[in-house]
Amino acid sequence: MLNDFVIRFANVNGTGSASANDMFAKAIFRMGIPVSPKNIFPSNIQGLPTWYEVRVSEKGYLGRREGIDIMVSVNPQSMPKDIANVKSGGYFIYDSTKELYKDFIRDDIHYLGIPMMQMCMDKFADPRQRQLLKNMIYVGALSALLDIEIEVLQGIIQQKFKGKEKLVTANYEAMEMGRQYAQEHFTCPFPEHRVARRDLVNDWIMMDGNSACGLGAVYAGATVLSWYPITPSTSLADAFGKYAKKYRIDPETGQNNFAIVQAEDELAAIGMVIGANWNGARSFTATSGPGVSLMSEFLGLAYFAEIPTVLVDVQRGGPSTGMPTRTQQSDLLIAAYASHGDTKQVLLFPSTPAECFSMMGEAFDLAERLQTPVLVMTDLDLGMNENMSPPLKWDQSKPYDRGKVFNAEQLEQMTERFGRYLDVDGDGIPYRTIPGTHPTKGSFFTRGTSRDEYAVYTEEGPAYVRNMDRLVKKWETAKQYVPGPELYQREKQSAFGMLFFGTTTYAANEARDLLTEQGITLDCMRVKAFPFSQEVQQFIDNHQRVFIVEQNRDAQFKSLIVNELAINPAKLTSILNYDGFPITADVIRQKIYEQLVGKLKPPFAEHEPGEPSESEVSE
Amino acid sequence: MTFVRPVFRHPESPKNALGYTKKFYEGALSTLCAGCGHDSVSGAIIQACFEMAVEPHKVAKLSGIGCSSKTPTYFLANSHGFNSVHGRMPSVATGAYLANRDLMYIGVSGDGDSASIGMGQFVHAIRRNLNITYIIMNNGCYGLTKGQDSATADFGSINKSGAANLYQAIDMVGLALELGATFVARSFSGDKDQLIPLIKAGMSHPGFALIDVVSPCVTFNNNVGSTKSYDYTREHIEATAAVDFVPIMEEITTEYAEGDTVAVQLHDGSTIHLNKLAPDFNPRDRHSAVSKLYQAKASGEILTGLIYIEPETRDLHSLLNTTSLPLNTLEKEVLCPGQQVLDNINASLR
Repeated sequence: MLNDFVIRFANVNGTGSASANDMFAKAIFRMGIPVSPKNIFPSNIQGLPTWYEVRVSEKGYLGRREGIDIMVSVNPQSMPKDIANVKSGGYFIYDSTKELYKDFIRDDIHYLGIPMMQMCMDKFADPRQRQLLKNMIYVGALSALLDIEIEVLQGIIQQKFKGKEKLVTANYEAMEMGRQYAQEHFTCPFPEHRVARRDLVNDWIMMDGNSACGLGAVYAGATVLSWYPITPSTSLADAFGKYAKKYRIDPETGQNNFAIVQAEDELAAIGMVIGANWNGARSFTATSGPGVSLMSEFLGLAYFAEIPTVLVDVQRGGPSTGMPTRTQQSDLLIAAYASHGDTKQVLLFPSTPAECFSMMGEAFDLAERLQTPVLVMTDLDLGMNENMSPPLKWDQSKPYDRGKVFNAEQLEQMTERFGRYLDVDGDGIPYRTIPGTHPTKGSFFTRGTSRDEYAVYTEEGPAYVRNMDRLVKKWETAKQYVPGPELYQREKQSAFGMLFFGTTTYAANEARDLLTEQGITLDCMRVKAFPFSQEVQQFIDNHQRVFIVEQNRDAQFKSLIVNELAINPAKLTSILNYDGFPITADVIRQKIYEQLVGKLKPPFAEHEPGEPSESEVSE
Repeated sequence: MTFVRPVFRHPESPKNALGYTKKFYEGALSTLCAGCGHDSVSGAIIQACFEMAVEPHKVAKLSGIGCSSKTPTYFLANSHGFNSVHGRMPSVATGAYLANRDLMYIGVSGDGDSASIGMGQFVHAIRRNLNITYIIMNNGCYGLTKGQDSATADFGSINKSGAANLYQAIDMVGLALELGATFVARSFSGDKDQLIPLIKAGMSHPGFALIDVVSPCVTFNNNVGSTKSYDYTREHIEATAAVDFVPIMEEITTEYAEGDTVAVQLHDGSTIHLNKLAPDFNPRDRHSAVSKLYQAKASGEILTGLIYIEPETRDLHSLLNTTSLPLNTLEKEVLCPGQQVLDNINASLR
């Protein structure tokens, strides 16, 4: 269909395919057509199969869609599976330098062979070039088959290899070879699938969430980053470093207005973050599930001793090492209640790169306002894919909210005794001081042990309870500060509601439209933060039944709802997906339809053999 | 509880260069056992800070968990303190130091805190040359949990229950030397004449300054057969030199005999005088320090004093090329690249 198909590239990790595939997606984006590329990569540096899947959607649906219309295969290793995954009537484009094995022939799909390797061998001398430019041959062929404007692709190549004219020429040549081969040998463009210029992406950008978070931290005034390498959060730390080097080096002295330490482990990473924040610098770390497990003890300290802390959790498949290169939303419970004892942690749920960027600012403001950890819960799907997103927005006039901090002058004028954990304003948030502020006033001892209002160690029950109750009061105060949910309708339209958050949003939006087409109207709410505000309670109260869509096995978000709100769990129905792939609208539609109407005849969603699809409904 | 401290102080108590009396450097009353070596170390820290005339509020004192880690409450009441998580003080101190390079950092830890649960962080703080005076109050046992052997307990050392330790000891001084620490000292809580100048020198050192202090546990590890008891330590101590510290502002008045004295000038201009220096030992030569340490070990002695120093050294901020201003003082105008830059970034992503 015009501007509506899914294409998957089957590549070998480490062969330069990522760059060519990015160009392909970017070209469609620049033609004004909504596009959502996703990397499906192994936990491996070189040699294993890797896929790149691009969904093109005139309607602007950015979630993953099952069913592959076009497969580009340059990896013999995964070929049988790749052929099996093509939708009936779809296309299989492959490197025909070697003849296709007869057993691989399906009679319900089209085969388009291009002798890519042979063409490269004939044209280029350098072995590495031969490998890299093979990818550009299929990009060129696709430009003919899908009707992609060649000038757009050329512009991208020029931009990418600016100043390296030889590379520009070689890439042009390879692309042109592929284009010509396709025009000479196949019907171009495809009758079913092609693109046509539109004006549907407005001022949107394409960016990965990790880069957006890293840049957000620069804008938010973070000066100290301590981190430990872990997929899929590593590129977030890299991005902060890249942007800091660009925008945070003093032009006169050449010195850094930031410090980055690659810690020895996640424990040290979060320890440094807490130490720096304690000492008045905005500091953060980025990690994933295993890191959050290791950081839990320190998160308890930061919660109890009330030290601002910002952590980005780019979630991946768990538990344990789990699926390091697959996506999930399965760290919710460990994050929300991180550490032993009674703890509650503030969580934010961005769903676009623009929100990754802006929520880093909110995270630091909240952490300092509330003097507590704030965990920004993204995931691999958001963090490591080039997601289409509204442009990044920043309110330059808004000052950083550094929270309740007494400065030297305020301390000097203070006649009463300074009480670090004294609830002066009745909102549960005490005042803090930064080391080195005043010679004789405001010093206190920070500790993870119980203490009284003046930070003096105590094991007195009443003093301990007063403190714990004040922390609950602070938690209530937090509900006013955290970003509220997004409602998708002005007035109630249905007895049924759908609740979702983070990257599930893409598929949920689409599912909502699909269900409307089938006569089922759903009211929708996207939650952006924990603790939940009153509106979340109201939304559930106002609906007879609410579907909660999330990407984990145990319905962790539903657990949070049930645990924190006065809700009868029986009215909540979970729609779950946890196979490591981003949830699809079809899965949501199918499950909700089954719940409300009854079983549909299969196949509703196209199931891909060879890949598990463990989506299911639980109540 | 150790003692009840008199409220009365001599009205003419001596004052330091800042006009503060020693009382200004004290902290809360100690809740450690009477006779605990750690209280002597706290006393030495107070004395050193008083004599050095440091501004207490320009000091941050950090610790982990354990008897030793309680002590920052007992000195420098006008300093901010941070009693963090077991074994994790080095990371908290690293973060704090990154945020504000202008404060002086005193880290207090124990043998359980640094040689077992916190070994990883201890090692990496040295590797990064964190600018901190890192004092290990080393008693070879876990006091708060009633006297289990720690990783620094010597092989065969008898604990209070009469059992001989089965395992090799971790020597924190040897380890620090091996790791490239730029200031390595060992002392004894009962030897203030040596400990106080070492703390002063450590505070003047612009990098990681380890002072491993044998600080006996009177309750659980002061018995016959223990190699960390007061008696054993006194009998087996071998000092590399008598130590004297001369701050930059003071005129050198003491006369030192020639030949057996080494004066080491520190980065900030102050000087450590090492008198009656052991022959064949040069504290500025790591090889010599390691060799001296092994010799002492072989002869069953506990080597104390300044064991190694590298006065000119690059600390963490220098290695990271951080601004000379404390990072926690930078304002939004410096930190936030602003709207124009963001517009350009957005444009580049289309």
